[in-house]
Amino acid sequence: MAVQTSTAVEPGALSLAPAERKQRTLWGDVWQRFRRHKLAMVGTFTFILLIALVVIGPMFYTTDPDFADTTYAILEEGKPSPEHLLGTDDIGRDTLARNLYGGRISLAVGIVAMLVAITIGTLVGLLSGFFPSLDSPLMRFTDMMLALPQIPLLLVVSMLFRDTMRKALGVEAGTFALIVIVIGILAWMPTARVVRGAVLSVKEKEFVEAAISTGTRRRKILARHIFPNVLSPIIVSATLGVAAAILTESALSFLGLGFPPDVPTWGRLVVDGQAYLDLNPILSVIPGVLISLTVLSINFMGDGLRDALDPRTRK
Amino acid sequence: MGQYIIRRLLTAIPTLLLISFVIFAVLDLAPGDPTGALPETIKPEVRQAIREAMGLDKPMPVKYALWIRQFFVCEPLALLEENMDTNFTFDDSFCKLRLTSWGSRGTPVFDLISQRFPQTMWVVGSAYLLAILIAIPIGVISATRQYSMFDQIGTFFSIVGYSLPTFFTGILLIILFSVKLGWFPSIYDTNLEIRSWSTFVKQIKQMVLPVMVLGLFQAAAVARYTRSSMLDNLPLDYVRTVRAKGFREAYIVVRHVLRNSLIPVVTLIALGIPAIFGGAIITEQIFKVNGLGQLLILSMQVNDIPVVQTLIFIFAVLVVGFNFIADIIYGFLDPRIRFE
Repeated sequence: MAVQTSTAVEPGALSLAPAERKQRTLWGDVWQRFRRHKLAMVGTFTFILLIALVVIGPMFYTTDPDFADTTYAILEEGKPSPEHLLGTDDIGRDTLARNLYGGRISLAVGIVAMLVAITIGTLVGLLSGFFPSLDSPLMRFTDMMLALPQIPLLLVVSMLFRDTMRKALGVEAGTFALIVIVIGILAWMPTARVVRGAVLSVKEKEFVEAAISTGTRRRKILARHIFPNVLSPIIVSATLGVAAAILTESALSFLGLGFPPDVPTWGRLVVDGQAYLDLNPILSVIPGVLISLTVLSINFMGDGLRDALDPRTRK
Repeated sequence: MGQYIIRRLLTAIPTLLLISFVIFAVLDLAPGDPTGALPETIKPEVRQAIREAMGLDKPMPVKYALWIRQFFVCEPLALLEENMDTNFTFDDSFCKLRLTSWGSRGTPVFDLISQRFPQTMWVVGSAYLLAILIAIPIGVISATRQYSMFDQIGTFFSIVGYSLPTFFTGILLIILFSVKLGWFPSIYDTNLEIRSWSTFVKQIKQMVLPVMVLGLFQAAAVARYTRSSMLDNLPLDYVRTVRAKGFREAYIVVRHVLRNSLIPVVTLIALGIPAIFGGAIITEQIFKVNGLGQLLILSMQVNDIPVVQTLIFIFAVLVVGFNFIADIIYGFLDPRIRFE
């Protein structure tokens, strides 16, 4: 699949085509196909809405998420009220404000961790697909990483190195960096495999042969000719990677191994509310629904993107 | 087949050794000191002597070699001794010590693990069985009636099932079945012994929610995979041939298409077992099941490195082991693989 699929029209045929017919580009085609995928559109819309909610929301809903409003500290009174639209938690902190702030952290972790994973994965995939001498060692390494027990190792590493990182970078920045790096390091392998496969098939195409025959340097072939043509699997795994990273972070927070207890993340809010499921179930349900909605919308988006980027799956 | 198994083994064993080294190195690099929890009044010299006695001053490769010997030679021997009431330890210097927990008053690590293994096994095992029993029929029906109402709903729910974090489905189920309906307990009673019919029913009841959480999550993946594998097989020529012979559609689907479609699914199922152990960590935490996952979390909280190390390594053995099993099954079901 070449990047520019603008239909090359021969001079003679020009007069036959309507004058104002727009040039079709690859991304235009992708958008056309993506739009037809109903669930993917719903997913995209939901995801944009969620991002807007957590980014812009706190500007309008200005209640301090850390302020404990002691008049509402008893759970029976923690029900929704004009001051606290979704009620308060067990020590009187505003549920809505905490969820909005928690969303910022969860989404930021998801996106940055995905960037780490995609960068490593793309690099490994490109190198092992393009340079035959690197292929075997890099793929062995990838296989070994895949055989590591992901979740237990993730838990242990984030537990063991927490204090070191917090000392080095401060409590919040240190935790953020640690979580993002650990998730990234344990999640790049599928991307690397997919990218390698794509590189292997693109490498044999005629335009690469043409580039080689014109004396283009290998580094440039990789960057200018191969990389743009393996973008679509990278984009798909990046999308799905955000969802996976958000799930992983929330699982870490749920187990108490993520951010410190006073930092609201969605996973943390779920576990904090678990003790009050009978009195005030929405404490757990709201962050849980938010995580699920985010992950679900991203997964639908990824599914749609995969279909849209790969013309072979067209019905 | 024998040659194929040997070839697979030859890749599995180095992988396992490499992984064990990585795990060992990560835990060894981690800050933390086993004497850190001892009283302040202990003199530095004594502290140093304790460290030396534990072998902490030795270089990392030596520590790793000792640990490997302990794990693969001494611990199995000790377990054999306990079970068979014989003595294998020929002299005192060889394998006298067990791998012990730094917490729990020096209990051997494997004793802790064997106390907790059955709970995890029961929950994980029945969850997986449930997942397979639900998922395969759904996948088959979805594929044979592609784009039907059933297929659309099935596909939708499998994406939903795959996207919901297990801790959230767990909490939803608790709200619905424990808080609102009061059908099942939300906390796993770890002291329950099965002595009579009523305790048996109780045991089943307390397993329902954790099994459902884990099972539904896994079912979503298996159903999706079965469906796509069936769809790959349905348009093939051999299916047309069977149809041309005039067999009933149900017979064709079950005897021919399903059998061939299950080949990759079986691999997925075998590969998914270690992942479900990982997922069980969270499920055990929600329902307070005293399984391996809970042991891992507890040991991590008190910095009990030997237990953590052993557990992680056991998880790694599971991953590599089931990878190996998946390869063997695949080779058995699809003879083409063996001759690659």
